[in-house]
Amino acid sequence: MKETPLSNCERRFLLRAVEERKRLDGRQSYDYRNVRISFGADYGCCIVELGRTRVLGQVSCELVSPKLNRATEGILFFNLELSPMAAPAFEPGRQPELLVKLNRLLERCLRNSKCIDTESLCVVAGVKVWQIRVDLHLLNHDGNIIDAASIAAIVALCHFRRPDVSVQGEEVTLYTPEERDPVPLSIHHMPICVSFAFFQQGTYLLVDPSEREERVMDGLLVIAMNKHREICTIQSSGGIMLLKDQVLRCSKITGVKVAEITELIQKALENDRKVRKEGGKFGFAESIPNQKISAFKMERAPVDTNDVEEQAEEIIMKADPPSDFVAKPILRMPGTAQIGEGLENSWGDFEESEREEEEEGNSDDATTSGGQKMETEEINIVSKTKKDDDTIILSDSEEEEVVILEPEETHKKTRTHTTAKQENSSKKAFNKKRKKKRATH
Amino acid sequence: MTHTPPVVCAFCARGPCCARALGSGKLAGLREGLTLTMAAAETGALPVEERVGQVVLPGDVLLLPSHPEADGERLWLGPGAALPGRLVCGPGLRCCGAGLLVTKCGLLRHRQPGGAGGGSGGAYWVDSQQKRYVPVKGDHVIGIVTLKAGDIFKVDVGGSEQASLSYLAFEGATKRNRPNVQVGDLIYGQFVVANKDMEPEMVCIDSSGRANGMGVIGHEGLLFKVSLGLIRKLLAPNCEIIQELGQLYPFEIVFGMNGRIWVKAKTIQQTLIVANILEACEHMTAEQRTQAFAKLSER
Repeated sequence: MKETPLSNCERRFLLRAVEERKRLDGRQSYDYRNVRISFGADYGCCIVELGRTRVLGQVSCELVSPKLNRATEGILFFNLELSPMAAPAFEPGRQPELLVKLNRLLERCLRNSKCIDTESLCVVAGVKVWQIRVDLHLLNHDGNIIDAASIAAIVALCHFRRPDVSVQGEEVTLYTPEERDPVPLSIHHMPICVSFAFFQQGTYLLVDPSEREERVMDGLLVIAMNKHREICTIQSSGGIMLLKDQVLRCSKITGVKVAEITELIQKALENDRKVRKEGGKFGFAESIPNQKISAFKMERAPVDTNDVEEQAEEIIMKADPPSDFVAKPILRMPGTAQIGEGLENSWGDFEESEREEEEEGNSDDATTSGGQKMETEEINIVSKTKKDDDTIILSDSEEEEVVILEPEETHKKTRTHTTAKQENSSKKAFNKKRKKKRATH
Repeated sequence: MTHTPPVVCAFCARGPCCARALGSGKLAGLREGLTLTMAAAETGALPVEERVGQVVLPGDVLLLPSHPEADGERLWLGPGAALPGRLVCGPGLRCCGAGLLVTKCGLLRHRQPGGAGGGSGGAYWVDSQQKRYVPVKGDHVIGIVTLKAGDIFKVDVGGSEQASLSYLAFEGATKRNRPNVQVGDLIYGQFVVANKDMEPEMVCIDSSGRANGMGVIGHEGLLFKVSLGLIRKLLAPNCEIIQELGQLYPFEIVFGMNGRIWVKAKTIQQTLIVANILEACEHMTAEQRTQAFAKLSER
């Protein structure tokens, strides 16, 4: 699909705004957009957002035979993809000039600066080395792809863990993550690209140009630097003549920006490490901001909560008669379960549960009269180990762990999540759960 | 004899219903809509009137009301718009058999036909949140001229295909007196042809040959893009945002139904403020917006 053309008035407006030192998003000339780094559930997966530009980085590894002339060095491979998802102008299957340029720049920035210790990726010299592959996908294009891609690449590499290997004589053993903790790559330094856009033959300079600014700029200067202020790559494009002190000024700005970004990256990595260690929630789903589309006018809808309990009881009383079979989860593999058909009831003794009921002095009609009924309607699903939900209720029985997620208004269908081994979980536990759940409502 | 009203696949309905539409999108309504949708999936289809203002999902089948009083094909042959039973099937709906098939998710909208109240006529469409514009007949849009070819201009409107615009379709334009339009200029016009099989066609005159505000937009000002949902909100009658914004300082603004907005204020700074506030409005509650405006008017 064709790129949306830039209209004359946009071009004129942008150039005038640059002259007045204003930018479309209210930034100053030397301001960087907000950088957001979020990590996926797996190691070596991250999304970097630079304003509205988003890049997904994914690192993978493979054991391969090394190159002939470099028998003891691992192989690093970078690949940036520009898909039509990022912008309609990017066509699939074609390598436009821009993509080739960006890929080349990325390689120069990350591989040629020797930020990864490739010697440590060697397993058996001349026979087996690790090939580290960094895939970068542009998810949304709002200018300055190279900065976002370089940040994503280095963050993904820092986050990545490769499987541990051991060599005993000729024998190479590859350990699964369960057997031995995966090991991180050894990273010497973190080169980060910073782009500068020049307007009117270098009179005006903008840091981190947005998509529309990129379209009207005269020239672009990309400087890659690490936090020790060592320049890794410098590239000028667009054919503008820059003065010596312009380049020097740019490199000074780069130093400041790189220090800020490096600090941010380390903070993000540290955060993610801590969350994983504590067993909290992580992954992309947790880091998506909630954007609500608000309506401008909304009438208040009064909700009558007077007879809610009575109504709920009524619904329970009217509930469907029990079906003939009892659902019993069959564990196929961790995280999955099947609810079988026509299997025998293994929910423990009815009498026992009655007694239990009386002991607790509960006068819950629905529970006692329709005790058998309830069992069948409860659907058991093997729980995932989600820990920090406020609706979690743990039962007192020791061998099982019961998690109730999303309690519904009607008590008819109580979705409970039980552990895998819970084959003959007692009725009593369930009744207790029900009571507790009521209390929470 | 019963039959369903004829369905024409053209959409030219936009009006006060848009404003009403926004108010009813409350949570309760959404949830109710979803449960109803599930019910429909089990039992088949629901009458279309019952679903107006509720959430519909792709694949839902809506039954059109049948009305026994209309008899025979004779009525159908007359001029369409005058018929009470004529139904317009708008974006997000497709005519299938006796009913309507929903093709995108959103809130179902309905507008009664103008003039004599024909019970089952009017227009049905689905209001959804999206960014990609699909040309609709009668929509006023902002386009960018990309090509001058012979006696037509090619205009980019953000759709899948460029629209064509005849140079005669400007006010006062004749074969000798051509309008001054350059490549890259902005055009505010409306669609006269927009369907899935043909190239969309724009004009910059109304049916009486007057410009009526359409034509080439000035060479200054800023063009930016917002989502289609926000544009519909802003174009709704008595939109609060526009009223509040208008009290700040004078500016010119053009809304295109294709999500493009052109703004021009006295200074660059003021133009940028208007553009940014409009972009930000989409995800603000009414209180947040009032605060933002209060902050702006202090300056």
